[in-house]
Amino acid sequence: MDTQSYLPVKPGVGMEENFLSLDDILLSHERLPIRTECSFPRLGFLEKSSDSHDIPEGTKMELPLWLSKGLYEKKRRVLSVELPKVYREGWRTVFNADPNVVDLHKMGPYYYGLGSQMLHFDSPENPEIAQTLLQTFIGRFRRNMDSSQNAYNEDTSALVERLDCLEKALFSSGQSGLNSFQSWEKGRASQLTASSLVLNYRKRKINDLQP
Amino acid sequence: MFCEKAMELIRELQRSNEGQLPAFNEDGLRQVLQEMESLYEQNQTDVNEAKSDGRSELIPSIKLRHCCLLRNQRCLTAYLYDRLLRIRALRWEYGSVLPANVRFHMCAEEVQWFSQYKKSLASFMRSLGGGEGLDITQDMKPPKSLYIQVRCLKDHGELEIDDGTVILLKKNSQHFLPRWKCEQLIRQGVLEHVMS
Repeated sequence: MDTQSYLPVKPGVGMEENFLSLDDILLSHERLPIRTECSFPRLGFLEKSSDSHDIPEGTKMELPLWLSKGLYEKKRRVLSVELPKVYREGWRTVFNADPNVVDLHKMGPYYYGLGSQMLHFDSPENPEIAQTLLQTFIGRFRRNMDSSQNAYNEDTSALVERLDCLEKALFSSGQSGLNSFQSWEKGRASQLTASSLVLNYRKRKINDLQP
Repeated sequence: MFCEKAMELIRELQRSNEGQLPAFNEDGLRQVLQEMESLYEQNQTDVNEAKSDGRSELIPSIKLRHCCLLRNQRCLTAYLYDRLLRIRALRWEYGSVLPANVRFHMCAEEVQWFSQYKKSLASFMRSLGGGEGLDITQDMKPPKSLYIQVRCLKDHGELEIDDGTVILLKKNSQHFLPRWKCEQLIRQGVLEHVMS
């Protein structure tokens, strides 16, 4: 495994968001169901279902996380954020029963990230949400780590398929550790290799040539 | 919805994984800036109206547009910054001369930034090692021997080594060369390190 010289900006941990991280920007684009608590004049075009000039008070619509976070205020009620289905009571029971059977990629794919962001909005269920997130992660971690450390030279797509983005990153770092350990065992750790960036560029060039 | 164009830019970067540099999307950038301009103008008229006529019900809309402005700003900054990280990585992977197809993907300012980075790095490396200079892009993995066995993967022309010998790098030929001389060529995929 060679060292990569491109290190992207890491996503923030927990409730924090990292301003420049691409992952966090994509995460904060996830849509949340909200209800407006005051009217937004002259922005009626944002709400496709009605033709009115304004967005009236009490409209139910979906807004991206970044906008909900920006507009949300504890003191003045501008909008109220509803919990997405996967964080509600019903799904929490499922997660608590057996976190391993759930397809987090379909649910998320930013299940943990979005869940932590939901804690920014004052909701009475916050402690339960946080607890479920943590327990889900703990419950799935063992299996995730096991598979990332033992799948050597095989097709991992079936293993990664049902993982959340955070888990996927953990999986691939486990894999790269496994690969470098194996190459060290074979005495290949000191072999100089072509940079993967260069190789990828070449691959694309060949693809470009073939119509 | 606002800010969709800016998200397109971010998605485009995220899609080209492993640090590849996609073409500079000047058109997308301009569209985002245009959107920001019109958001700003709408806000300006609403702010004036709210102030002069005391229409405080306009404030939520102003705030919403302001959030969009900030969001667009964040996306653009992240886009440009991530590209700079990728361009910086190119200096370490390819060496100081970039192939034309990579350079083609950079905008004029990025080309300028790259050459400035090259200069700073070079002057830093010259200052090391007590006036002798030290190439810190060499020996990323600790060397075990001074000479290594390499195989050519494609025709690369002639290569002159320290003692003045000129070696013809022909496809599939094998050579025993000083390690520091071929490290970069291996990274560029011209040579292959053969382990016995």
